Amino acid sequence: MQPELNIVALVSVGQHPKSGRARRAEQDARAVELGLRLSGEKVQVLHAGDVAEESLRSYAGMGLKQLRVLQQSAGADASLALGDYLSEHQPDIVLTGVRAESGESSGMTPYLLAEKLGWPLVTRIADIAKIENGEAEILQALPRGQRRAIKVRLPFVASVDNAAEAPRQSAYGPGRRAQLEPLPWVEAADEVRASFDEAPARKRPKRLKMVKAKTAAERFKAATAKSQGGGGRIMKDEPPREQAQAIFDLLLEEGVLR
Amino acid sequence: MILDWLLPVLLLSVLALALAGAVRRVSLWRAGQPSPVNIISGLMAMPRRYLVDLHHVVERDKYMSNTHVATAGGFVLSLVLILLVHLFGIESKLLAWALLASSVLMFVGATFVYKRRKNPPSRLSKGPWMRLPKSLLVFSATFFIITLPAAGILPEGFGGWVLALILAAGVVWGLGEMVFGMTWGGPMKHAFAGALHLAFHRRPERFGGGRSTGLKPVDLDAPVLGVQKPTDFKWNQLLGFDACVQCGKCEAMCPAFAAGQPLNPKKLIQDMVIGLAGGTDAKFAGSPYPGIELGNAKGGPDSTITEGLVNPDTLWSCTTCRACVEECPMMIEHVDAIVDMRRFLTLEKGNTPGKGAEVLDNLIATDNPNGFEPGSRMNWAADQNLKVMSEVKEADVLFWVSDGAFDMRSQRILRAFVKLLKAANVDFAVLGDEERDSGDVARRLGDDATFQSLAKRNVAVMNQYRFKRIVTTDPHAFHVLKNEYGDFGGHYEVLHHTTFINELVKEGRIQLGAHKGGTVTYHDPCYLGRYNGEYESPRELLAALGIQVAEMERSGFRSRCCGGGGGAPITDIPGERRIADMRMEDANATGAELVAVGCQQCTAMLEGVVEPRPEVKDIAELVADVLVESAEPASRKRDELAVEVA
Repeated sequence: MQPELNIVALVSVGQHPKSGRARRAEQDARAVELGLRLSGEKVQVLHAGDVAEESLRSYAGMGLKQLRVLQQSAGADASLALGDYLSEHQPDIVLTGVRAESGESSGMTPYLLAEKLGWPLVTRIADIAKIENGEAEILQALPRGQRRAIKVRLPFVASVDNAAEAPRQSAYGPGRRAQLEPLPWVEAADEVRASFDEAPARKRPKRLKMVKAKTAAERFKAATAKSQGGGGRIMKDEPPREQAQAIFDLLLEEGVLR
Repeated sequence: MILDWLLPVLLLSVLALALAGAVRRVSLWRAGQPSPVNIISGLMAMPRRYLVDLHHVVERDKYMSNTHVATAGGFVLSLVLILLVHLFGIESKLLAWALLASSVLMFVGATFVYKRRKNPPSRLSKGPWMRLPKSLLVFSATFFIITLPAAGILPEGFGGWVLALILAAGVVWGLGEMVFGMTWGGPMKHAFAGALHLAFHRRPERFGGGRSTGLKPVDLDAPVLGVQKPTDFKWNQLLGFDACVQCGKCEAMCPAFAAGQPLNPKKLIQDMVIGLAGGTDAKFAGSPYPGIELGNAKGGPDSTITEGLVNPDTLWSCTTCRACVEECPMMIEHVDAIVDMRRFLTLEKGNTPGKGAEVLDNLIATDNPNGFEPGSRMNWAADQNLKVMSEVKEADVLFWVSDGAFDMRSQRILRAFVKLLKAANVDFAVLGDEERDSGDVARRLGDDATFQSLAKRNVAVMNQYRFKRIVTTDPHAFHVLKNEYGDFGGHYEVLHHTTFINELVKEGRIQLGAHKGGTVTYHDPCYLGRYNGEYESPRELLAALGIQVAEMERSGFRSRCCGGGGGAPITDIPGERRIADMRMEDANATGAELVAVGCQQCTAMLEGVVEPRPEVKDIAELVADVLVESAEPASRKRDELAVEVA
């Protein structure tokens, strides 16, 4: 535990996939859990939205004394308010989920915040193993249970993956008693969002998988094999210019740059 | 003669000490939370509660009930007469003779206590309890001899100073155990605390043949939810713990104890006594919690129970089957205490073990324990063409489907029951997607907040519609709807499906053939039997099918739990055996080929036992199998329609 660390976990209002009811978002709750394990009750949990939102109590029930809410109306751009607040308070670590369960759910918040703060962003982390001398050792979650060890200098933004430790149970009593502290905050309407049309998702037809494997051993191999990118190229020893050119060409080819 | 002046002095000083002990003990109980009782009417009702209700429980063991009547009756009578004869010095031959008689009665009783203690069963506590029969003998014999001169049988001063000294020692021992020990924590404490416990019982409805099994709601605005420290219990709960005689009948019946899970109801109650008085369990002289050594538990009135006194696993091992409560001659409420402490663990600590947290989250988010889509609750009945309350608004019977709707095995029970309802032309409807989990599991896992939320919403939905009664195939929902929704404005007539089908059969509304097959035994679900007293309807129904039930050794009010109650399959505390396996052994011992059940949880638990084992079927399925379907009801329907049209 690093009591002197200033960690902020950002939480949103989640949505249950079956009932659509507001709840504690799974990844955000993992961010709070990670924060609690790193700095105990001192972790600051921050939400931009409505202080009257009941589901915030389920984050508080994880053992928070208080939860700060930047007051924003429904159509406001939360990432702007959060960015303002964070650049004003300059914490050491900002933890977010990978993607919100409700609203736009674009997964852009951590990127926008990192850009605004000018800090590095580590995506999809599973754990923060150690923080020493202003440097954090982070485990990043990769597909198929793989992990990548990364070292990052504080301060940084990290989005917490589902692979991180499951959040502790939320207790009703402490959740009720925790203080939800509303902070009136400047808000800017999210105009892009306002122009969106929302409609329930349609189920897309699923492509049937051809099972080629004949034996259990083959099926196991197929299930555990690393996905092999076919078209990639590893450039290690080429001069930087050549490497950059290759990236540029690829981006053009894929239509990212035009 | 020294006894002439010594005896009154001894009597007076022991009485004074006992009074001081009583004041101290009462103050320990009063440290608990307020709980309103009617002191006068409670005390007035006490003798009847003792002589009738308590004796009714003790009488299940004839040996012990006769022994207790002789010993306790003899003692109370003797004590009163001793005070009259030896303290107030009333010189009456009649009183002296009466005292002789009562001490003989007590002596006879005490010899039987002594005999029982020669080879005590493991459920009995040893330690000071092994001393008690000797103390009883000494007390009765001493006062018998001392009273002989007063009765004019022997001359004054017989036996000289040697006998006088021996008698003085006997008086000190006898009075010390029987009077001083009563209020200072000796074995006789049970008489003092027990009498008051009967007078101020938290569930007075239980006396006079009544039943009170619904859990009491938590005040969700309280500063601490549930019981953290012994003083968070209601004062009369503390008093109840103190009344324990350590007879271990609860231990002998507890399914979790038998399964080697770390729970022993007797030890738990004694731990509560340690909690209210302070101390350790080093001197506890009974069976420990399986797998937990004695001597390490420590507690006090203001220390957190689950930190040092009781391991949380002990509390989570309970299946809330109420076998201990049913068996307790002192009418102690073990289950209330366990759920009270669970409430603290869940609502304050967020420490529900196993799958508890997941189940509670699902209940909050989807109103069912497995997180299924709330809108898919009626999928099981897609082909059943059931009336839904939101459309018809009114029906004779509201069929409470319960969460069995999501489980394929339980759906077979539901279908069988619907088949019977239709055959009997019952006007019934279901709530459909408006139904929610009854809240049973949430409440027993200690999450009263979620229970109350579910209960309030269910009550609000049901109160929109008009129906005469509710019928359900799930005894847990049955119990909750019947006994626990009242606190939230839901007062209904609720029937279990076996009761309802039995009515239909008696009224001749369904025709049944005879059951074919071998021996059948019946497993009483706890929430139907012990919680609601319904033992007869299922048996009558089975008899109507031509089945002669081969009863298990433990059946009726002594039925052994299947292990599925109280959220036990969710918290899943490890033991040495599985409760369901033990229950299936009970069934096997009857040679049954089929176990009839009236509960989907029991069905799931018993079917989870590995084969070979008897088949498990709900009574609704058994009845539906032999239903004689006639064409007559359909034609009658057509006639009714014709009348309506005309």
